[in-house]
Amino acid sequence: MQRVTTSVWQAVFAGSLAQNKARSLLSVLAIALGVALGYAVQLISAAAVNELGQGVQFLSGAADLQVRGPRGGFDETIYPVLARMPEIAIASPVVEVDARIADRNDVLKIIGIDAFRAAGVQPGLIAAPGDRLELLRSDVLYLSPAAARWLGVDAGASVSLQNALRVVPLRVAGLVPAGAEQRFAVMDIAGAQTNFDRSGRITRVDLRVRPGVDVDGFRDRLQSLLPAGLAVQRPQASIAASESLSRSYRVNMNVLALVALFTGGLLVFSTQALAVVRRRSQLALLRVLGVTRRRLVFLLVAEGAAIGVVGSVLGLAGGFVLAEIAIRTVGLDFGAGYFRGLAPVLSPNPVALGLFFCLGVAAAVLGSFVPALEAARAAPARALKAGDQERAFARLQPFWPALLTLAAGGIAALLPPVASLPLFGYLAIALLLIGTLMLIPRITSLSLAIAPIPRDAPARLALLQLRGAPGQAGVSLVAIVASVSLMASMAIMVASFRTSLDAWLERVLPADVYVRANAAGDSAYLTTADQALIAAVPGVRRAEFVREQQLLLDAYRPRIVLLARGGDAASLARQLPLVSAPLTVAADAPPPVWVNEAMVDLYGFALGQVIELPLAGRLTAFTVAGVWRDYARSQGAVVMERSRYIALTGDRTATNAALWLAPAADLASVSQAIVRDVPGGSRLDIAAPGEIRELSLKAFDRTFAVTYALELAAVVIGLFGLSSSFGALVLSRRREFGLLRHLGMTRRQIGAMLAVEGLIVSGIGLVIGFCLGWVISLILIHVVNRQSFHWTMELFAPWAALAGSAVLVLALSTLTAVAMGRQAMGARAILAVKEDW
Amino acid sequence: MLMVRDLRKSFAGPRPRTVFAGVDLDLAPGEYVAVMGESGIGKSTLLNLVAGLDNADGGSIKLDGVELTTLDDDALTILRRAHLGFVFQAFHVLPYLTVSQNVALPLSLLGIVGTQAQSRVAAMLAGVGLAERGAGMPSELSGGELQRVAIARALVHTPRLVLADEPTGNLDPESAGQVLRLLREQIKVNNAAGILVTHSQVAAQTCDRILQLTSVGLRDIAPR
Repeated sequence: MQRVTTSVWQAVFAGSLAQNKARSLLSVLAIALGVALGYAVQLISAAAVNELGQGVQFLSGAADLQVRGPRGGFDETIYPVLARMPEIAIASPVVEVDARIADRNDVLKIIGIDAFRAAGVQPGLIAAPGDRLELLRSDVLYLSPAAARWLGVDAGASVSLQNALRVVPLRVAGLVPAGAEQRFAVMDIAGAQTNFDRSGRITRVDLRVRPGVDVDGFRDRLQSLLPAGLAVQRPQASIAASESLSRSYRVNMNVLALVALFTGGLLVFSTQALAVVRRRSQLALLRVLGVTRRRLVFLLVAEGAAIGVVGSVLGLAGGFVLAEIAIRTVGLDFGAGYFRGLAPVLSPNPVALGLFFCLGVAAAVLGSFVPALEAARAAPARALKAGDQERAFARLQPFWPALLTLAAGGIAALLPPVASLPLFGYLAIALLLIGTLMLIPRITSLSLAIAPIPRDAPARLALLQLRGAPGQAGVSLVAIVASVSLMASMAIMVASFRTSLDAWLERVLPADVYVRANAAGDSAYLTTADQALIAAVPGVRRAEFVREQQLLLDAYRPRIVLLARGGDAASLARQLPLVSAPLTVAADAPPPVWVNEAMVDLYGFALGQVIELPLAGRLTAFTVAGVWRDYARSQGAVVMERSRYIALTGDRTATNAALWLAPAADLASVSQAIVRDVPGGSRLDIAAPGEIRELSLKAFDRTFAVTYALELAAVVIGLFGLSSSFGALVLSRRREFGLLRHLGMTRRQIGAMLAVEGLIVSGIGLVIGFCLGWVISLILIHVVNRQSFHWTMELFAPWAALAGSAVLVLALSTLTAVAMGRQAMGARAILAVKEDW
Repeated sequence: MLMVRDLRKSFAGPRPRTVFAGVDLDLAPGEYVAVMGESGIGKSTLLNLVAGLDNADGGSIKLDGVELTTLDDDALTILRRAHLGFVFQAFHVLPYLTVSQNVALPLSLLGIVGTQAQSRVAAMLAGVGLAERGAGMPSELSGGELQRVAIARALVHTPRLVLADEPTGNLDPESAGQVLRLLREQIKVNNAAGILVTHSQVAAQTCDRILQLTSVGLRDIAPR
């Protein structure tokens, strides 16, 4: 016999499934898309950071502490001092060079070690026993398995690296024991010093302390003994410093991905809200028959949870596939350059899987919660009657909570960063978004109330219908307002950034030609002889050389960049894109330096402040004479006069050159002359400012490609939400259409009526969305970007793109309304007036 | 079985109005009464108050000695589930459940499942003349047949009291007659009491007593 009893779950859920199959599917897909994007971004950044961390950990081996300094190295005489300290069991000196591969734009990390010392700290870097003597040869290196695969070489092959502008051929003697997926090569420390002009200098010293020594206490004592510019820390500090370089970027990507999930949750809200309203009398019947309020809420929220579960499972699977595709196509850092040289493997982590699964379910549950509460609270007697639907939306117009939320968002926008992350900025955006969404029904009611009533019958009916049911229209707008505002804010922010970057490039590239030795790595540079030859090339009117160095100011932060530039203080102040008023330093004050905005944010430097920088093992005082905008880096940078740098350090080498040409000279001939006259000149990067500008903007576009994709996802989800809502509303009005057809309205007129409704509703949504988007863009520009990357920028609105997207959304919304109407206006519409439900 | 004393109800809002002030009603077990009155006098409101679906402004409603006006929503809901049955003018049959599943819904809410539920549903469907239609969907039934399903659903769990609000309002005279006869028959067979709200004299004649609701209260018009 057929089963007759049915659970209350089935009575609730079956109704929803039966009447909302397509919309339920859309909700599932929206959640799936949000989870997929979020999980993919998390997988990729976790893989990169994990690989980075493992790499640093692997290379640090069993070291308890590391003494680090400037990237270019520090005096090796510190090493015997450390090695003789009674607390130290083993001291292992290391020279690290990111050597450019000759005639390629790639870098191979060279780790020069003392095999006998390193064996006690980093045994994984020592090749198999029997090869140890070979490791002492200066022309031999051992590759990591990943490096060998990448270079396509085996033992016995030759690898050509670049030092200054000359080629350094080295023989591959074998592979180090596999232990990581990092690309690096190991060689004798003396060989590294000799081949890469690091004689007398080392990059770090790895220390193992004796058993029983308090590591942290010893660290603090040792720090006080070290010369300026050196720091001693646990290896984890360098992991933290490496991670911090990309942290803001990764967090921003995660937030963007979560935005897609948030929009998916809003789609669930609008779908569920409208579905619950449509089933109002059915749910009221269940209340009359004896389903308690609590049980009804539970069932409706469980319905949302079911959508969330299915969507999350699909999303997690999709996210993994997306991450694999992204790594193969745009790379670990989506082209931003943070993770060069890494070849990680995606490995799903149960915690991350669980987190994103829960986020997807939570988004769906939260989206269902308010409609469920409203359905449970509705008086059953009233709800049983037809025409009660609009009363349901009266509860969805919380005015004071909305204002409070907006006010809280405004306050959050003014708060400082937390651990260098703009967490309050993100919170401000979320609060402003939620507060505005809460006000949508009221804004919609007000807009419809003040709109003039058209003469044309279909248009008049459209407006009157919307006026009679502003709540339903408002709910259907929620997803589209969220996605339009986020799309508009991102578009304004990216356009502002791009425009500011373009203007900045114009300012920082005043010369006619730029010559770069160190396009990749830090082993290439220009000797004084190279510089003289370049300056003497026919057609070169003036040459300014720059030395780029990296200094360690804080062991927990990435090194800052020191740019020693040619020219005097006045010319530097003119050339730099200052954001502060230039300061003329008094003759008796410490000499001037110019710091970038990151130095202000990260180190608290201020205009006029006297600071100390570690150069050549000594702290030297300087005066901050200006703050400049620096889009090339998000870590700190300092510009000083090159003459002063040479006087302090004796380092006359250079990494870049800016050339001004004589009026009759042309770039092509000057370039050819440089390549011809300078030994190794073919290994120089020579470019005109226009080329550099074009490459930079391409890199910018590539970096933001993912942002564009995520924006598009948010807009698509929003459009899905709008079409789903329109569909629900239109189908619920079949009896109305049947009546209008009885009264003599043609299908075309009803179609026109729906088109006008679609136009009005999406028009209101666009206005609200764009206004909110503009406000959010201000937070993105002045709070999120500033606190994340320490960049300021000028506001620029891409009016053409915004107008285009507005027209597109309007057109799609209108077409959707008409298409849904066609479905509802089938032959049975006339018969619908007789239907019970 | 049902004792209503001095029941008062008003509606607030831009145009506040007093629905009734001081209604008394006594219903004995198994008694079936009709409540008539002009449109808007508050007949459906009276039913909603007795069913615990609305709150009175004053007075007392006792069902088998239990004072309903002091119960919270959950308690009223549970009481409704166990002791009341409803027949509506608009049928309110769930369109996505079969006829049998619609009839069995009150049993599901009470946790009565399996063969016990099956036999009771079968008996009810037979009682309303729809024994062969159990597997069908509501969309396959006429208005009169849908109302018979609603009657079966209202009585399948042997409630103490059946409340019928204009059950024949949407039916043609022939179907209305059948439904009224079935409603009386099933109320009596299942030993329930019943209140029929109607503005139809014909419908009222099927009851044991006819009461007239006015703004000052309920009064007997005619016994059967």
